[in-house]
Amino acid sequence: MIETPSVPSSSGGRQGVPRWRRAPGQPGLLRGNPLLLAGGAVAVLIVVVAVFAPLLAPFPADAGSATHPFAVLRPPSAVHWFGTDQVGRDVASRVIYGARVSPVIAVFVLLIAGVIGIPLGVVAGYFGGWLDDVIMRVTDVFLAFPALLLALVLAAVLPPSLTTVTIAIAATWWPWYTRLIRGQAASVAGRPFVEACRALGISRRRIIFRHILPNSITPLIVQISLDVGGVILTASALSFLGLGAQDPTPDWGLMVAEGQAYFTTAWWLVTFPGLAILITAFGFNLLGDGLRDQLDPRRVMLR
Amino acid sequence: MKLELRGLTVRFGDRAVVDIDHLAVGEAEIVGLAGESGSGKSMTTLAVLGLAHTAGARMAGSITLDGEELTGLSPGQYRDLRGRRIAAIFQSPATAFNPVFRVGHIAARALRQHGLAGSEATDRLAAAMRSVLLAPDLLRRYPSQLSGGQLQRVAIALALALRAEVLLADEPTSALDVTVQAQVLELLRELRDRDGMSVLFISHDLAVVAEMCDRVAIMRAGSIVEQGPAARVLAAPADSYTAELLAAVPRIGSGASP
Repeated sequence: MIETPSVPSSSGGRQGVPRWRRAPGQPGLLRGNPLLLAGGAVAVLIVVVAVFAPLLAPFPADAGSATHPFAVLRPPSAVHWFGTDQVGRDVASRVIYGARVSPVIAVFVLLIAGVIGIPLGVVAGYFGGWLDDVIMRVTDVFLAFPALLLALVLAAVLPPSLTTVTIAIAATWWPWYTRLIRGQAASVAGRPFVEACRALGISRRRIIFRHILPNSITPLIVQISLDVGGVILTASALSFLGLGAQDPTPDWGLMVAEGQAYFTTAWWLVTFPGLAILITAFGFNLLGDGLRDQLDPRRVMLR
Repeated sequence: MKLELRGLTVRFGDRAVVDIDHLAVGEAEIVGLAGESGSGKSMTTLAVLGLAHTAGARMAGSITLDGEELTGLSPGQYRDLRGRRIAAIFQSPATAFNPVFRVGHIAARALRQHGLAGSEATDRLAAAMRSVLLAPDLLRRYPSQLSGGQLQRVAIALALALRAEVLLADEPTSALDVTVQAQVLELLRELRDRDGMSVLFISHDLAVVAEMCDRVAIMRAGSIVEQGPAARVLAAPADSYTAELLAAVPRIGSGASP
């Protein structure tokens, strides 16, 4: 089976591109994966709502500090789909504008956590030795703290604001990524192609970022998409406890907290922002599960 | 001598895993390095590549390439030399390529690392692919889409395209099946004959060593116990260990039933 240049296709028994190598967008990628489809739809929906909030919200001003003293605590109606709150603001408008708060916090938290956690994990995994020990013991210290408690402490020390929430959650989030990617990187670092890279004179930095990282990142992509829901829940919890977003920010968690006092008489104050949190968290969990199915070669090969 | 090792030791802590008094590979010569598993053959390759420290070992002694001492080189100088002047191919080609990239990307990147880019690099790679009897089109494939034999030939083509002077072949055929093995061996011999490449051929397969090599060195527990012309060493071994090693080679028909 000597391949001659004139017959490039006579290359043994491995013809054709395997199913999982197909480019995204080709038919079949999403069809077999309803989780990914549903999760992706929720993610797209949230982005659309956030971007077009001014167009979608019936009373955009109500997302801010507007008050309507003569229209407080109205139940859902044709005008106010989700009712009005204790100062007369349209809950529907605030829920719609809320898509610009929690999900954005989640994006920033995950970005910061990734930027801190990924390089540390890759470096620890690749180099091993004392550097690995130092980095991993530090992350252990962070992991030993209950995440919400640490975020609470940080949020209590810093002035309550969305920035504080973001910093507080990111500070508790990165160690998970460091740990996850460190194990991956350590196993990839021992693979022969890394040695082959060295033997070709490829620089260490390039080996780490072009060879180790792409081979270690898959589980992290899944974890990050699963974590969007978790961060939103944590951010909502902090806002609920009064340590995050402050009135009149239309934060879902804050709206639940404020509506709590009226729960027995005005159920809509708590229910609709709560549903928004639920749907977002659920949607990103589906997305994460779908991505895992899609990216895990073992699972895909069974199909 | 092209490549010469003198008084080379590689140690893990106090334990020396390689202790070579003298080993040389001449211009356009294939020298076999044979010995049992764990005798230090692969550590010798790593040491020559200046990479012993990546396995956590310390090395001492002298390695010269065309009379130029390599052991004192800075990491940057050594990196420049690796791949370009001394290339290596490894035991299992299937795992020696990063599965994330097309093989052509890996090859092109290695050429760029050594200052070759653009159409010149493409031409050189295509020529090298042809001389290992592969269609240059195969460079567009992912490692998983090529067979082990094809990948090993791509690895050899890469060494060719880089115009490596010395090739360290660390058990290049032991993960391949016998027919493919024969092709790769034939190819290595051609490289020597046509391109004048010097090859340090590491193997535990004495039959292959006998067929391939001009000279052979037998390694045991890190030291070279015997070296000389392949025909002489393997036909009339002077050292008892070499004789033992030869006696251990299984032969069809000679196996006594238990």
